[in-house]
Amino acid sequence: MTDARAAVAEAFRAEWGRIVAGLIARTGNWDLAEECTADAFAAALESWPRDGVPDRPGAWLTTTARNRAVDRLRRAKAGEAKLRLLAATATADEPPASDHVVHGDHGDHGVHGPRDDRLRLLYTCCHPALGFEAQVALALRTLTGLTTAEIARAFLVPESTMAKRLVRAKQKIRVARIPYRVPPPHQLPERTGAVLGVVYLLFNEGYGATSGDGAMRPELTREALRLAGLVAELMPDQPEALGLLALLRLHDARAATRIGAGGELVPLEEQDRGEWNRATIAEAVGLLQRALRRERPGPYQLQAMIAACHAAAARPEDTDWPRIVRLYDQLLEHVPSPVVRLNRAVAVAMADGPEAGLALVDAVAPELGDYPLLPATRADLLRRAGRRTEAAEQYRTALEVAGNDGERRYLARRLAELDRV
Amino acid sequence: MDTVSQPTDQPIRYLLLISADEALEPEVISDEGLRRFQEWFADLERRGVLRAHEGLHPSAMATTVRVRDGEVLLTDGPFMETKDQIGGFALIECADLDEAVEIAAGHPAARFGQVEIRPVR
Repeated sequence: MTDARAAVAEAFRAEWGRIVAGLIARTGNWDLAEECTADAFAAALESWPRDGVPDRPGAWLTTTARNRAVDRLRRAKAGEAKLRLLAATATADEPPASDHVVHGDHGDHGVHGPRDDRLRLLYTCCHPALGFEAQVALALRTLTGLTTAEIARAFLVPESTMAKRLVRAKQKIRVARIPYRVPPPHQLPERTGAVLGVVYLLFNEGYGATSGDGAMRPELTREALRLAGLVAELMPDQPEALGLLALLRLHDARAATRIGAGGELVPLEEQDRGEWNRATIAEAVGLLQRALRRERPGPYQLQAMIAACHAAAARPEDTDWPRIVRLYDQLLEHVPSPVVRLNRAVAVAMADGPEAGLALVDAVAPELGDYPLLPATRADLLRRAGRRTEAAEQYRTALEVAGNDGERRYLARRLAELDRV
Repeated sequence: MDTVSQPTDQPIRYLLLISADEALEPEVISDEGLRRFQEWFADLERRGVLRAHEGLHPSAMATTVRVRDGEVLLTDGPFMETKDQIGGFALIECADLDEAVEIAAGHPAARFGQVEIRPVR
């Protein structure tokens, strides 16, 4: 009984997105696809505990969802053509006997080879004609099966707001006819960038929550990790997809040590490195090495290399800061943004001393405007330089603009330390 | 609602509303501007997607009509007094939004103004 329920839960994680994507491909109807997939899981919850878990749960669910769609279309008197299409593909969209995983060599099976409907779904969700928030919400709903209520909670908006956002996005896909496909080769680079960007920003939103009580929103990072795994699985010949997955796993390996007992953010140098998840790090480094062998570096691979550099240092003082500075130099060639320059300035401060870093921070500050991490970064470097009064002043400014309580607690602690001595 | 949207090969119609700052009109009618426009037009003819296309007189020539309480009210000028104004439109019939975006992006005014793509009911 509980085994059967666990099997349904497991199948939900593994199969939801694939079944929804397949049904959209066959019917062109997003609501129908979601509803029939949900019906199939409801049916599984009823029948698996009673009749046992089928040998191939994915195939069982696919067939059940498809039969439901056929019934619904019959009742809606849909055209014969579409019913035939559903029937004709009855065997084509069953899952492979063994699941593809991210490990192993996929040869040339990339976006130009045999592909999964989930990839079409992902690119369609991330179509630039949809707003970013709609892209993320739609990807979560259709690919991971998060409910509207769960997505609303994750984004701290009322459920009705999220429901409207999802309805509107699906309506626009239908009415404006956003094509359900992986874009043609000449559009792939920018469109793939958008797909990876959605996953990356989703993770960041969870990892360094820009709002809310906690410093982290683990439900967001978890779903971002799942999507990143899926993207890497679906685009095995895109090194940036692997690089992104490696980057997120490396961050995730440290997640438990990033938040202290009092809910405060713990900076890298004070984290308990013994508690970092070494297995996850090793796996991520393996993914990164596979990506790097393609010799097409990009921003996610470079950021993963920086994260791997930190992960490789047994103690903070073992960190190879000059190498990190060089990696930031390379990253700047891909992403010439002031935020990257600010991060590079911190690495320079660690390699060459705080005053060198502060000079670089001052140089980039005008471009950063009121970027909330600017005063916090300045404050830390001033503290390292022993410029206590200025440091305290910057910590106070940082406290005013900090996005979440974890950050505020960290900043308050630093400020108290300066005031105390 | 249990309507079924069709994945269909039927073409879809879009209205392209082309707007820009009217002060930039010299740019539109410059030799370079006209050459770009002709290229765009030739591309549309090659694709066979154009159903209607017109350029408009400036918004200062517009008259806006409202009926309130049975009374016909006229305003001298466009319905919205914004810097950018609609200067022309094209009705196209093509495969999907991606093709409409390609066509819209090829319009010379997209470089300094914008093109709004509206699916036709």
